[in-house]
This record gives sequence, structure tokens and C-alpha cells, in this order.
Amino acid sequence: MASSRGGDGERQIHVLAVDDSSVDRAMIAKLLRSSKYKVTAVDSGKKALELLGLEPNVNMIITDYWMPEMTGFELLKIVKESSELRQIPVVIMSSENVPSRINRCLEEGAEDFLLKPVRPSDVSRLCSRMR
Amino acid sequence: MEIGNLQRRYLDFASTLFHEGFLDNQFTQLQQLQDESSPEFVLEVVTLFFEDSEKLLDELSRTLNQQAVDFKKVDAHVHQLKGSSASIGAQRVKNVCVAFRNCCEEMNQEGCLRCLRQVRNEYFLVKNKLETLFALEQQIVAAGGSVPMMW
Repeated sequence: MASSRGGDGERQIHVLAVDDSSVDRAMIAKLLRSSKYKVTAVDSGKKALELLGLEPNVNMIITDYWMPEMTGFELLKIVKESSELRQIPVVIMSSENVPSRINRCLEEGAEDFLLKPVRPSDVSRLCSRMR
Repeated sequence: MEIGNLQRRYLDFASTLFHEGFLDNQFTQLQQLQDESSPEFVLEVVTLFFEDSEKLLDELSRTLNQQAVDFKKVDAHVHQLKGSSASIGAQRVKNVCVAFRNCCEEMNQEGCLRCLRQVRNEYFLVKNKLETLFALEQQIVAAGGSVPMMW
């Protein structure tokens, strides 16, 4: 399993979580931290891109689909079109089970699509997909 | 009151919340995530839910009482409320949101106002229940006991 090395040589997987809902941000951060991942949680695609520009040591991005201003799909596209960021796996979360939406995301290069509310078993499943 | 009695009262109260459909299994998921590294996790997330919901309910009231209702905006707010209530297991609130979204789709202002009244009622009911649940937990801890697991 690939992981990033921190300054003190400790291997820790860093996940960037993106969700405009404060409740869902708290939930996904907790779920990920329970699996011992380092988590940075932001409330918009714009903030996610700013962070990625500063600190590309992110092993996975997990983002909500429906967000104002920039959807998770739009964020996915930008990441996959960027030469620096495209290898970072992107997982989309949504409270709506819309097959056409799921397909579109997977076709655009999403690693996985999770239905909300996200369960611990969903997070364990992601472990093998980290960069 | 003796610890055993407090614990029993807590479990009885919690169990009625599930039986009456106020809470569903997702709330249990939340409780199971609470641990020594985040001993107040449930309270923190539920507090976020309260803050978020009250803002959304105010926004919904404002938006629905306009002359020309922006149903897309109403739908976006209901979608958010539905999402956060689902995330914490507030089942009855979530269910009213489902009906609410149908009224938005039909652009039915009266229907939406009715749903708003209903969702507001359900929200304040579950808020009251959760606050009672937390108070019962505090009583147990104050008496020197530990809060029993519901599962």
C-alpha cells in the first residue's frame, strides 16, 4: 500500500475530504480518522484545489457530489485533467443513487462512488485504492 | 437516583426513540464511532445538525414566503436538510424531506408550506428527544456510572 512519508519519517495516508455540509464533514473525517488516516476536511472544491496546489502529498480525495459553485464532478474533472494531480484517486459521495451520475463519474476517472450515509465498511473498502 | 435505575431509564427512553421512528440505525452508527479519541463525538455532530437545520428552516421560511417562490432554491435547502438528517439518523425529519422535495418538483407553494410546518415540527420533536437523551447520559455520569451501550 503506497503512502506519503511525513517529515518525521512516519508513514501516514493523507485523505482530503470535501463536503459543504458540516455534519457530513464531521462524519467522514471521523470515519477516516478511525482508520488511522490523516484527514484534511474542506467545505468546497475551490478550497480543495487551493490545498492541492500547496500540498500535493494527498493520497486520496473524497468529495461530495452536490456542492454549490463547484460540484464533486467538476472537481474530479479538474484533478484528472491536471498533470500534477491526476494520479490521486478521487472518490465521489452522494446521497442520491442516480445510475447515470455514477457512470458519468466512473467514466471521468472516479475511483469509486459511495452512497451516503457512508459506513465504516465503505471506508475499509477504499484502503486498497490509496495511491 | 441510583445508577442502575438511571441506566434503565436511559435505555428505555432510547429504545422508544427507535421504536417510534425518531431515530434509525444511522444514529447507532454515530454512537459506535464515539471513542476515547473523540468522547463527545455524538454530541458534537448532533450540535452541528441543530445549527445547520435551524439555519435551513429559517431560509426555507424566507424563500417560501416570497411572492415569486424560487423552487430550485427551496429544493436545494430541503436536499441539504434531508442529507444531514439522514446522516445522523433523524428518520422522521428525513422522511418529511422526501415529501417536501416532491412538492418542490410540482412547484406547489401551499404543499411546500405544509411540508415546512411538518418538517419544523418533526425537527423540534427530535431535538427535544435528543436533548433529553443527552441529559439522561449526563445524569448517569454525574452519579458516577457509565452510559450503557444500546446495541
